Amino acid sequence: MIPAPAFLSNPERFMAFSRWAAPMFGVVAVVLALAGLWLGFIAPEDYQQGDTVRIMFIHVPAAWMGMFVYACLGGASFLALVFRHALADAAAQAAAPLGAAFTVLALATGALWGRPMWGAWWVWDARLTSVLVLLLFYLAYMALRASLDDETKAARAGAILALVGVVNLPIVHWSVNWWNTLHQGASVFRKGGPTMTVDYLYPLLLLGLAYMAAFGSLWLVRIRAEVWRRRAEAAALRAARG
Amino acid sequence: MLDLDPGPYAVYIWPAYGLTVLVFILMIAGSLNRARRWRRKAEAFSKDREA
Repeated sequence: MIPAPAFLSNPERFMAFSRWAAPMFGVVAVVLALAGLWLGFIAPEDYQQGDTVRIMFIHVPAAWMGMFVYACLGGASFLALVFRHALADAAAQAAAPLGAAFTVLALATGALWGRPMWGAWWVWDARLTSVLVLLLFYLAYMALRASLDDETKAARAGAILALVGVVNLPIVHWSVNWWNTLHQGASVFRKGGPTMTVDYLYPLLLLGLAYMAAFGSLWLVRIRAEVWRRRAEAAALRAARG
Repeated sequence: MLDLDPGPYAVYIWPAYGLTVLVFILMIAGSLNRARRWRRKAEAFSKDREA
């Protein structure tokens, strides 16, 4: 049996941990974002893309987070499905809206970057289409959870759907290698290291870490909300039964 | 030196940053409101039970 982290299997310990961890991650996110934005706006214009290169600093981290959050959703769903950890299910449920928001942001900022560079807001390119499919998995997960009154059934059905969607993650990542796409290939997480100049790499990485810290903070807040919701609903049920 | 003048690309860059700020505000406000609302309800039920 794979041991789950202690705070995932013990709600009291999780609530104690998240009480200080959530604001701490929030502060880290703000500091990293300010540093990343500063470096991003003192970086020189790109020789080909001009100032539009600054959209990269907010678009690429959003795309990373869309995928990373889905991996978290998949991992939490696996723990919830196999080990029946209630907190893992709460974590999966809490991650989905945040992941959907990051994916919407990636698609929207990508369109705003694509229009001046490609001459089109949208193309049915493998990368864009697979990210759209990622968004549809998030939306389907949330819709499925909302449509079932029975929490146990909703958790199981949602977890299965989330795990099916994990198949899409390598497709998103390698779509630019497997197909001939308009979207550029990987320039940071690739064999041989990043290809971009440090003028762009440092702000990009700082903002990537800022997005990650922001997600960490908001995820913890939403899991706490989910724990309270379940407590309140359990108490309401007990009260109704007398 | 800060370069806050994107020239002809301002029409793409500022909406991208504005949208990012808006989505973050919605995520933060939504998460905090949700947590606050359910904490109040959970605490109200636990107070009722103690009473």
